Amino acid sequence: MAQALMTENSDLPTQNMVLNIGPSHPATHGALRLCAELDGETIVKATVEIGYLHRAFEKHTEVSTWSQIIPYTDRLNYCSSLLNNVAYARAVEQLLRIEIPERAVFIRVIVSELARIMDHLICVGTSAVDLGALSNFWYFFNVREQIYDWTEKLCGARLTTNYTRIGGVMRDLAPGFDEGIRKVLKSLNKALKDVTKLLGRNRIFMDRTQGVGIVTRDEAINWGFTGPCLRASGVPHDLRKAQPYYHYDEFDFEIPVGTVGDTYDRLMIRIEEMKQSVRIIEQALEKIPSGPVMVDDSRVALPPKEKVYGSIEGLMNHFMLLTDGIKPPQGEIYSAIEAGNGELGFYIVSDGGPKPYRIHCRPPCFPLTQAYERLVQGRMIADAIAILGSLNIVVGELDR
Amino acid sequence: MVIFIALAKIIIIPVLVLNLIPLLIWMERKGAAYIQDRRGPNRANILGIRLGGMVHNFADVIKLLTKEENLPDGANRFYFYLAPFLAMFVSFVTVAVIPFGDDVHLGDLVFSLRVTDASVGMLYIFAIVSLSVYGVMLGGWASNSKFSLLGGLRVASQMISYEIALSLAAVSLFMVTESVDLGTMVRAQGELPWHWNFFHQPLAFLIFLVAAFAETNRNPFDLAEGESEIVGYHLEYSSMKFALFFMAEYAAIAVSSAILVTLFFGGWQIPGFSTETLLQGGEFYLKNVGLGVAAFSALTGLVLLTQYRPGKNGDLRDYEVLVLGIPALLAGLGLGAYLMWMGLPPLADWVAPVFVAALQAACFLFKVLCFCFFFVWVRWTLPRFRYDQVMSFGWKGMLPIALANILGTGIYLLIRG
Repeated sequence: MAQALMTENSDLPTQNMVLNIGPSHPATHGALRLCAELDGETIVKATVEIGYLHRAFEKHTEVSTWSQIIPYTDRLNYCSSLLNNVAYARAVEQLLRIEIPERAVFIRVIVSELARIMDHLICVGTSAVDLGALSNFWYFFNVREQIYDWTEKLCGARLTTNYTRIGGVMRDLAPGFDEGIRKVLKSLNKALKDVTKLLGRNRIFMDRTQGVGIVTRDEAINWGFTGPCLRASGVPHDLRKAQPYYHYDEFDFEIPVGTVGDTYDRLMIRIEEMKQSVRIIEQALEKIPSGPVMVDDSRVALPPKEKVYGSIEGLMNHFMLLTDGIKPPQGEIYSAIEAGNGELGFYIVSDGGPKPYRIHCRPPCFPLTQAYERLVQGRMIADAIAILGSLNIVVGELDR
Repeated sequence: MVIFIALAKIIIIPVLVLNLIPLLIWMERKGAAYIQDRRGPNRANILGIRLGGMVHNFADVIKLLTKEENLPDGANRFYFYLAPFLAMFVSFVTVAVIPFGDDVHLGDLVFSLRVTDASVGMLYIFAIVSLSVYGVMLGGWASNSKFSLLGGLRVASQMISYEIALSLAAVSLFMVTESVDLGTMVRAQGELPWHWNFFHQPLAFLIFLVAAFAETNRNPFDLAEGESEIVGYHLEYSSMKFALFFMAEYAAIAVSSAILVTLFFGGWQIPGFSTETLLQGGEFYLKNVGLGVAAFSALTGLVLLTQYRPGKNGDLRDYEVLVLGIPALLAGLGLGAYLMWMGLPPLADWVAPVFVAALQAACFLFKVLCFCFFFVWVRWTLPRFRYDQVMSFGWKGMLPIALANILGTGIYLLIRG
């Protein structure tokens, strides 16, 4: 009987349906398009189309001075713009071969880790929303809001921070930053505990995420994964440990590593990383020295106002920096830091002029996106959404 | 007279359900807000009166009424318009067999507190609930949108699968009660909470509860809506047609809760007080309930008055607590004082039965609202299932358990003799 039914069904003419998910879709968090060929709810074949948020970032840099590029970097991964600022400024400083003051280094570490926390909060929070668990989002966003308040006190903006300068940072930490951030970290720990309790052992959440979108160790390396997605697959690679910069080798923290490389691991790794970031920030707040936050180098730093108004050298220095700009020596450099999503690198070619000859940005999302097509193949629509959330593809950074 | 009573019931009970909808929407919003560390709606007001965000519903109605009607290209016009009405209709007619109180005896006249005394009771509910899939499915199909279609398909398979578990869970109750009539089932449970079906049939209750969530398309079974995946079967609907779907969802929650309460939590039974006890001591209970209401009103008024902060909002909203609090306090004090010193006036014969019926209806509604809150609570706590997980859970999990429960109940009844 069953056999008869089966043959009868297979004779029915069926046709796959092509479904356009995006570019404007609640789960794509930006403008990413997934063109999926569906058999029922199963994705037979999928094609990812990118470029809907292309803003010609790299071309734009070629007509801007070195300092004017910093605000553009805010728009790369807008969830953690402070990290982008740090990555770019560090690359140009390496080209210029200048050492920034110790206090600026520690401030950069603190804001980097805060930005990483914000990035992970958004990733895990919105992934949970995509899976239907809405409340976690607010538990995380309340904390993110508090961090944003301090970002605002730091640089006057919440999203488009534009905080670093070539040679240091824009301004010193706001008064009360130390206690304020410690309070924020406390509420972050509470939120992390809440969400871990709500999701970590939740049967539905585990069924939805475990074994979904598995990336094995070798696949992750071959696809060029970096960041939490690579570590979820079991590769303990983190630029903060692998190529320590900004005294990261002196901080005591661990790199959480996943075992399976599925959606669950990718989300839980992020929660673990936030806890490690908290540790780093606490240590940095202990160790931070006093001193200037901007390097004393007339090639990059604006002179103090007394000098501008009081001396001809100061005035000329100010005038030259603002009209002619910073002029790094001829050469090229690739410099990368560990951003929220992985390795954020800038490859810079300078011809010695006031504007870069060419800047290439290596966004961590790009390799993640190329794997997405193959990860969703044979899975259901709901899985595709879950995988997309855990990869944390930020289209602003992907399309540049 | 009989016709008037029947007409009154036909009007009052659906209106009651209709009025539960804004209450539930308010409950959902405020409940969600407090679960999520937020405040919820607190801006919309009429002359400064916000009623804790309840007034926001009026703003919603105005918004939805003035939205543009939209008919998508290539949509099936007839079914597209029919679907929301069907969804709403089904939610409403289900409530017809649910008793809101014990039979009321007024002299020789006896009438029951439900629209129809159909003895088929639960079977009627099963029949109507099966229809509810049509509204959603047609809405999904007629929109001529792939996303809506997927939503409609999800609903169709999900509701049909869970209906079986739902019915089988109720079968074990039929075996215990030996009746499908809801009035009989409530009376059989009695006024003592530990005799309610919940304690006799906990497994059936769990299955029924889960299936009820699936039938109302609520989280964790809100695949049909799945706003982050396929946005839902009502993707193409706008204006009041969307509102009808929206209201149907809340009406379905209210009705599901009512059925759950009726089947498992003693329906209108007031814990510890049978109808006879209440009727005999009618005057005593009336006075005490009156005093309770007075105390509650006075306390609410007092609490509201302590919240008075002049200049907090800088407009009429500042005086809201006064406008609500002073009358509540005065009414409470007045009623309390009157009852304390003057006592009750001599009562007509009809007062006690009507009072008892009202009390039972209030108790029933209270239980229903508790369950509605449970629906809200679950929605904002759990993630969503995946389509295939819902199916396998329904067929491989719920169905065998429901069957085993029936078997167990049968063996128990055989042994008991």
